[in-house]
Amino acid sequence: MNFKHKFVFLFPGLFVLIGILIFPIIFTIRLSLSGWNSYTPEMNFIGITNYIRLFTDDPRFWESFFRLSFLSVTTVILQYVIGFALAMMVWREIRFKRFFRVIFLVPMMTTPVIMTVIWRTFFHESLGPVNDLLGGLGVKPILWLSDPVIAKFTVIIVEVWQWTPFMFLLLLAGLLSLPKEPFLAAAIDGASPFRKFVYVTFPLMAPISIGAIIIRLIEASKIMDTVFVLTSGGPGTATETSSFYIYIKGLREFQMGYAATLSFTYLVIMIISLTIIAKVLTKLMIKE
Amino acid sequence: MKTIKTCVTALISALLVFSPVAYADKWSDQFPHIKATGDIPGDCSYESMSKKNYKGKTLKINTHAVPVMGEPTALHAEQFAKLTGAKVDVTHTPAGDLYAKAMVPFQAGQAPYDIVFGFSNFINDWRRYLEPVPKKYVEMKQMKDVTPSHIGVASWDGVMYQFPVDGDRHYLKYRKDVIDNPEYQKQYKEATGKELKVPTTWKEYGEMAAYFNGWDWDGDGEKEYGSAEVMKKDDLMYAAFYSRSAAYSKNPKTPGGFFFDLETMKPLINNPGFVEALTDWVEATKYVPPGGINFGLGDEIGSFGGGQTLFSFSWDDAFVAAMQSDSPINNKVGAAQLPGAMKVWNRKTNSWDEGFNQAPFFVWGWAVGVAKKSKEKEMAFDYLCFFANEANHQADIGIGRFGVNPFRNDDFKVDVWTQIGWDKDIAQSYVDTLAQMEQSKNRVFPLRVPGTFEFNAALATAAAKALAGQLSPQAALDEAAKQWEDILNRVGKDNVRKAYAVGVAMEDNKQ
Repeated sequence: MNFKHKFVFLFPGLFVLIGILIFPIIFTIRLSLSGWNSYTPEMNFIGITNYIRLFTDDPRFWESFFRLSFLSVTTVILQYVIGFALAMMVWREIRFKRFFRVIFLVPMMTTPVIMTVIWRTFFHESLGPVNDLLGGLGVKPILWLSDPVIAKFTVIIVEVWQWTPFMFLLLLAGLLSLPKEPFLAAAIDGASPFRKFVYVTFPLMAPISIGAIIIRLIEASKIMDTVFVLTSGGPGTATETSSFYIYIKGLREFQMGYAATLSFTYLVIMIISLTIIAKVLTKLMIKE
Repeated sequence: MKTIKTCVTALISALLVFSPVAYADKWSDQFPHIKATGDIPGDCSYESMSKKNYKGKTLKINTHAVPVMGEPTALHAEQFAKLTGAKVDVTHTPAGDLYAKAMVPFQAGQAPYDIVFGFSNFINDWRRYLEPVPKKYVEMKQMKDVTPSHIGVASWDGVMYQFPVDGDRHYLKYRKDVIDNPEYQKQYKEATGKELKVPTTWKEYGEMAAYFNGWDWDGDGEKEYGSAEVMKKDDLMYAAFYSRSAAYSKNPKTPGGFFFDLETMKPLINNPGFVEALTDWVEATKYVPPGGINFGLGDEIGSFGGGQTLFSFSWDDAFVAAMQSDSPINNKVGAAQLPGAMKVWNRKTNSWDEGFNQAPFFVWGWAVGVAKKSKEKEMAFDYLCFFANEANHQADIGIGRFGVNPFRNDDFKVDVWTQIGWDKDIAQSYVDTLAQMEQSKNRVFPLRVPGTFEFNAALATAAAKALAGQLSPQAALDEAAKQWEDILNRVGKDNVRKAYAVGVAMEDNKQ
């Protein structure tokens, strides 16, 4: 088979790749070099004006990015810890194991927007049941959605509730695939459960843990629906994340060119930062 | 013979008098929404629409989420479909996304929707994509009753692009049963040394709201609060801020712009007048219900309409909701003009002018147009005409959650409101308030310039930061003013000035 024949077989896949991946990125880059907005609806060329604006005159984007970093790292750490604990629990031979496995997956199977509406109702400061319940215990109403600091933790609570099951699922699959021999050896050596976890389970689970953490970080860094429904980025801009800010610029204020600049810059930052995070995690968790 | 003649005359007279009722019954039986009036004859009445045949055709509408404007759109779509045989697809979209949902296909040269709902201040950006309202509709009887200011709202350079379905302004709503209560008047006087009355300034509003905050003053076993306001960033809060700013910043001695100085196009939104208003508003976060800082329009309507607060100000909806027969505060509310201020900023002398100042804010409200690229323009205009026909309009304006508010001369008659169960004095205060606003010579109209959405979003973000305590009022408005300068540079000062001059001429009573 010569080179031309190989190319013919590669072409369909290449065509799909160009169509669904390369073209949108190239289009976004081109759009980011234009001033497309509500009053100039055209793909004009304004050079790197949008990029200059972003790097010199848009602190709100950078604030939203650092806020996003805080929210995504915090939620993923919590999801990992809780997810691991739940997976360990049902990995063992316990009663109603199957029931718990299904129950722990329920939050992930619900629709995020609908569930966030329900959470918003729970946390409503004057009409919601959470403050009512706390009031019954003599606790003053908590400003779940109105206080700039507490609102961030409310977002974290909802995100952790919704996505811990995903972490649980990956980690449980990892635990079930672990070889039995190291555990038998540890048992023969008389290792305590704690030492078994630290020296056997955790190291064996490291590759899976890194994969799960990276997948969740990628997803968490796109957090949008929870913020949109729960707080609309408020109070003020206290819970505004990068994707929500890009949405505001693009689809609320209709600055399409500038929103493309934000999107592309965000993509580049995410690729770099997630690569670094993966390297660091590998170094920390996998010992040669 | 004389008796027979008399009987025949009486019979004919009776038929003439009662025929509209009999005629009305025919339609109100099928469509209970108009049971109060029955069908009212006209070019777009139920009777007229029933003669149209749009079988096999589909009308696509993008409107607001239910209930405000979304519910009447869907209801009238269903009625229109039954009458004409058309299929009507209604899409509901949150307020913040209405603009983009229409603009994306507009700019791409497509028309996924025949009819698009939005706000009337979109007119400058949307008009090039909208079909002007055909002459036959502009000259219809039902259109002749629309007030000149609302004809102006729907038009640009004398061409009507938006079909009038709503007329909006902001005004004060208060709990009449509390403000007029002699016991509370005495109690308030003892506590503050001041009179309890309908507040005429924002300072009085704040003092009364603070006093009546956080205790059960209506004896229902629940705590009540001072004020319900639209404070949520992306939910029309900019309009609430302009309402609070008008008294401090709209100085009749300094014509030539409220938002910008028309000559220089310098943004005025960070002058001491606006800062004073934002300072008041930050203070207001202490007397709104818990979570009030996140109240959007729907929350505000529900809160005041449900009897949770003493005051509210914004569109008619909260007032009408409060006056519905199923409301816990039915006939316990009053309407008045927006509070004023005892000083107003003079940008020419760079100082405060002392003395009472008040300025109504005309928030033009919902607007709707037909896409130029629509293939079903005739059906689309028929639908809009049917939506706003006399019978539907009269039924719609009595339902608070619908968001359909007075814009016709007939709406300013007391009888219209007493017929739906309002007390006469409340109906009188309501129509008087609306009429006084129409007559005011110190009015503020919203921005209708290219990039309106960007200007309002920048202002809303800054105000939200101040309300959340992230920035001081001055710093927040300085940030907004800086962004307005940037937007001006991007859009072009002359483009904005040209469009802004139209609104300024109206504010300065030159039109």
